[in-house]
Amino acid sequence: MEVTLNHYLLLAALLFMIGLFGVIRRKNLLMLFFASEILLNAANVALAAISYYTNNIQGQIMAFFIIAIAASEVAVGLGFLILMYKRMNSVDLDNLQIMKG
Amino acid sequence: MFETLAFYAFGGLTAAMFLITVTNKNIVYSMASLAAGMIFISGFFFLLNADFLGVVQIVVYAGAVMALYAFGMMFFDSSKPSNEHITSNKSIFGLSIGAALLTVAMLCVPVSVEHSYKTLDGAKNPQQVGMELFTNYLLAFEMASIMLLVAMIAGIVLAGKRMDDSYTTTVDHHDRHIEDLKLNQEQRA
Repeated sequence: MEVTLNHYLLLAALLFMIGLFGVIRRKNLLMLFFASEILLNAANVALAAISYYTNNIQGQIMAFFIIAIAASEVAVGLGFLILMYKRMNSVDLDNLQIMKG
Repeated sequence: MFETLAFYAFGGLTAAMFLITVTNKNIVYSMASLAAGMIFISGFFFLLNADFLGVVQIVVYAGAVMALYAFGMMFFDSSKPSNEHITSNKSIFGLSIGAALLTVAMLCVPVSVEHSYKTLDGAKNPQQVGMELFTNYLLAFEMASIMLLVAMIAGIVLAGKRMDDSYTTTVDHHDRHIEDLKLNQEQRA
């Protein structure tokens, strides 16, 4: 039984589901960042698999740019995390809910 | 055969680690499992002949990103479990996950791509990546470097403002400020 492109794409979809679940469910800012890292990694797996099965290096280049985006997201996100903890003394996203509707 | 075995082993391990990450209440545990999942993801890259990408994955994610998160967690007490007020029903989450999975499965059903692009013969993966990155994607590469610079400055500005205030003693500062105000009022009176 050979591993095909569809196996990798379904695995990437599964990992994406896990990340999406984390983004929807968790209310901690740090957990939100973790879940978004999972989302980006799922996309990376799909890109590398497509790059391998179509014999095209460009998918890997896209994965490199995604890693660069993830790194800059971490830098800005961590600054925001520290700022939020300084302002509100917690990293719970419910505290950002200032409009009572 | 070996690759099939490795695919399923890495797939199961990665999914399990990421599930632990999104469901665990303790942030330290979920960070550790996320780092483990990143390492297992790099196993896929080595399986897919993307050697350089695998090495970058280990160095950047498991090295830099996780270390940065661990550094950020030092600013507040992360040992206590995060109590979140989840008011929605679990069925909503399940339904949304199912709908999203269905959408993805519909969108990525067998795509067979026949044509293949030319690659440099005899060149190893890092050489191919370098040739592609510094010829066809040079502008995007430079813009990515500028983006990283902007992100670095943004991080410094966001986190470094009023760095002389200690985070753990913010309440003490506040109390002291109120005491100073009271003292001033008494002096004026």
